[in-house]
Amino acid sequence: MELNALTAHQLLKEIAAGGSGSRDIVSGLVARNKQLNQRVKGYVRLDDSGESLIDDRSSGSGVLKGIPISVKDNICTKGLNTECCSQILQGFKPPYDATVIRKLKQAGVCVFGAKTNMDEFAFGSSTENSCFGPTSNPWNLECVPGGSSGGSAAVVASDQAVWALGSDTGGSIRQPASFCGVVGMKPTYGRVSRYGLIAFASSLDQIGPITKDTRDCAILMNAISGHDPLDSTSVDIEVPDFTESLTGDIKGLKIGIPKEYFVEGLDKEVKAVIEEAMEKLKSLGAKCLPVSLPHTEYAVPVYYIIATAEASSNLARFDGVQYGLRNKDLKQGLIDMYKRTRQEGFGQEAKRRIILGTFVLSHGYYDAYYLRALKVRTLIKQDFDRAFRDVDCLITPTSPTPAFRIGERIKDPLKMYLSDIFTISANLSGIPAISVPAGFTRKGLPVGLQILSEPFTEGMLLRVAHAFEQNTPWHKEKPKL
Amino acid sequence: MNYQPVIGLEVHLHLKTKSKAFCGCSTEFGKEPNSQVCPVCLGFPGSLPVLNQTAFFYAVKTGLALNCSIAEFTKFDRKNYYYPDLPKNYQISQYDMPIASEGFLDIESEGKPKRVGIIRVHLEEDAGKLIHRDDSSCVDFNRAGIPLLEIVTKPEINSPLEAYEYLTLLKSTLEYLDVSDCDMEKGSLRCDANVSVRKKSETTLGTKTELKNMNSFKGVRDALAYEIDRQIEVLGSGGKLIQETRLWDPQKLKTHPMRSKEEAMDYRYFPEPDLPPFVIAKDKCAQIKREIPELPRQKVLRFMKEYNLSAYDARVLASSKSNALYAEECLVNYSGKDKKQIVNWLTGALLSQARSRNCPLSGLKVTPSDLIKLVGFVEKQQVSALSAKTVLAQMISTGRAPEEIIKEKNLSQICDESSLEAFIEEAIKENPKSVKDYQQGKQNALMFLVGQTMKKSKGKANPKVVQELLKRRI
Repeated sequence: MELNALTAHQLLKEIAAGGSGSRDIVSGLVARNKQLNQRVKGYVRLDDSGESLIDDRSSGSGVLKGIPISVKDNICTKGLNTECCSQILQGFKPPYDATVIRKLKQAGVCVFGAKTNMDEFAFGSSTENSCFGPTSNPWNLECVPGGSSGGSAAVVASDQAVWALGSDTGGSIRQPASFCGVVGMKPTYGRVSRYGLIAFASSLDQIGPITKDTRDCAILMNAISGHDPLDSTSVDIEVPDFTESLTGDIKGLKIGIPKEYFVEGLDKEVKAVIEEAMEKLKSLGAKCLPVSLPHTEYAVPVYYIIATAEASSNLARFDGVQYGLRNKDLKQGLIDMYKRTRQEGFGQEAKRRIILGTFVLSHGYYDAYYLRALKVRTLIKQDFDRAFRDVDCLITPTSPTPAFRIGERIKDPLKMYLSDIFTISANLSGIPAISVPAGFTRKGLPVGLQILSEPFTEGMLLRVAHAFEQNTPWHKEKPKL
Repeated sequence: MNYQPVIGLEVHLHLKTKSKAFCGCSTEFGKEPNSQVCPVCLGFPGSLPVLNQTAFFYAVKTGLALNCSIAEFTKFDRKNYYYPDLPKNYQISQYDMPIASEGFLDIESEGKPKRVGIIRVHLEEDAGKLIHRDDSSCVDFNRAGIPLLEIVTKPEINSPLEAYEYLTLLKSTLEYLDVSDCDMEKGSLRCDANVSVRKKSETTLGTKTELKNMNSFKGVRDALAYEIDRQIEVLGSGGKLIQETRLWDPQKLKTHPMRSKEEAMDYRYFPEPDLPPFVIAKDKCAQIKREIPELPRQKVLRFMKEYNLSAYDARVLASSKSNALYAEECLVNYSGKDKKQIVNWLTGALLSQARSRNCPLSGLKVTPSDLIKLVGFVEKQQVSALSAKTVLAQMISTGRAPEEIIKEKNLSQICDESSLEAFIEEAIKENPKSVKDYQQGKQNALMFLVGQTMKKSKGKANPKVVQELLKRRI
């Protein structure tokens, strides 16, 4: 197999055995990019050569020495463009690394200079809302890769990356992982520092891994997790060695099946794949129990109030004063410059969410929308608290449908918003969740299985996901490109 | 018509922390523009705030000193508005759960005690500073993120003078707490005022205006006085007031409208998701309470009681913590019965010298023990009051002991009769006419002879002793 097709743990073995080095790995990826990026368009600001500046200013002796990583365009990389795939951040080179990047560099990882495509400011579920245009799903180039971390999922699935970082605010890691047939984890809120992640919704955002298998996911989680004094919402709690959870043994585990996730709107083929997965888990010794999360139906409306409210405030700083795009016409004063800059710099979905968020926080509407949403958010969290008294984890489909066609939902925001119906609750309640490849539709599109567990039990997710993965062939499948 | 003003004050002050409220940048004043900034206080994408604990504790300390109840649970909120000095276009502030609330400050105005209620004390971050040039405007973000404390009174102040007294006592209280420099010139203390008037018989509040841009306590007093007159005039002539914000013009000594309530902004406050809510531990609160020193108001009352000082003297001496400390060392060690003797020196010559040098009493090189010595010399008439002033001036400029200066400058007063005898004899001999005049009842003649004697002693004779001796002789 080509080097670029290997997982990080396989490459580490290669390197340790003296077979190949970091340079070989990078040149393998460059060759692959040259061949594929124009078709998949997972990377942005990458020219036809497929080459990009590699930031390998690492401390030298880390455990991940020599392994490259691809990074979503909303995670700050010092001196490398970080634009959230928005015109308004055109040319923005952060003067600092996000904490996750700093940690990875310390571990010896080198950062691939071209960043991965995403929906502008992570607003979307298809990677179509990017100022650079959409990314294609490697399994079917006419389909979306999911979003908003669609670029990261696509480059991992198409072997244009060893692994990648994404961010997940309502499913933005898990849904594209599911659509692209790779592993994606949203860690517990507070497990991974958000310092340097350009905020969409601060109370929901988490950075997480998108990888080719669960072992890589565990390894990457080991590298990026932990309390960060620069992020007051990161939690000072012990980080276990996640690879120790990869035991293969799930005998006796109690797995909850939330009935609210198997209702109308769930694609039949997806349902069949998840039911088959359930049988597989049972055959491995787990017990499946029905559970109820009664407030599930409110997750989407609550999310679109809280997330847009925070976003409207987080995005206020993009005004043309300090960095990024500025409309140069200052004749009509400062306020006019703000307006022109923002009108020009933000795409349609960004504008929609800023206006929605501004509205729900406005005087006279706050109590009816934002405050009520916060209360329902608590109820949704309590649903999970109750469920986890009886079961060790929950399984659901990651998304109600497989990847849809590019352009199919972009004109219908509501339909697009419903793509995240199964993933949003984990963000609202702060719990960790993972998506693992669980099968394919007849047309050959991947379907992901979502596993959810209690806060700070990512080990449980990895244990179940790994056992499932090791007993199924899905993660070994590659798209034919 | 008899109107009563109703005033509420909103004070913003910089806390004296080494670093900013939510990042590690220095708060030092007067540095080169934009030299004390980082991604956090510049609001760069991806940066996150981390609360400065000291700022938080200072806020708690201030709340306790203002007799507030301290919230067990508090949080920060975002106040959203667009302005180029505000890097994130929102300010991290506190909305519905301030660190401290429901307190008071006891002041004294025109000899009468008055309790001014405090609604809330909350912590927030300051914005940057706009510097306007002819053809452009620049922003200096050094100030952005400096911790600001907002202290809001109830509308319970009823005159510009009360407002002035409140601010004066608040400032000295904050200085005692050592939480702020309270320097209005450097912008480390700013004050806005809400004012309305109503007929004395009424209980509801009138239409208020908010006054901004006062840059001294006197400015606050003057702006309020102007605004109260203006409001009374409008109402008196049958007019109606509109709720608006008005700017004080310190040159023209007038207020003029800035914006009306209709234009008031919707700040869209919501909980700051980047900072988790805080729980203030009871024992930490108790520890901070123990660290609060005796405050100016208590000190004034104690000085009056313990040293028998007048209210005025006590207030002057207690107005600053360091001066009060200096004064008390003098008062304790001064053995004379009438403390007024030393108090007059402290509140008079010494304090005016300190003020003109813009330093505390302790900055004058005069130790309390040297001052006590000097006062002693005057009392024992070993040096005249006039010479003592010269001696003090020397003490201030050189830091030397009074006795050394008296000796060197030969300023000691001659009191003993035998030493004065010769001068008196000479004066009498040389001025027989004056002697005769005095004997015939002209009092002025005696004063002339005293003057002549003084001259002969080169000013060192004690004039009282000379007068007595002359009276006896002629």
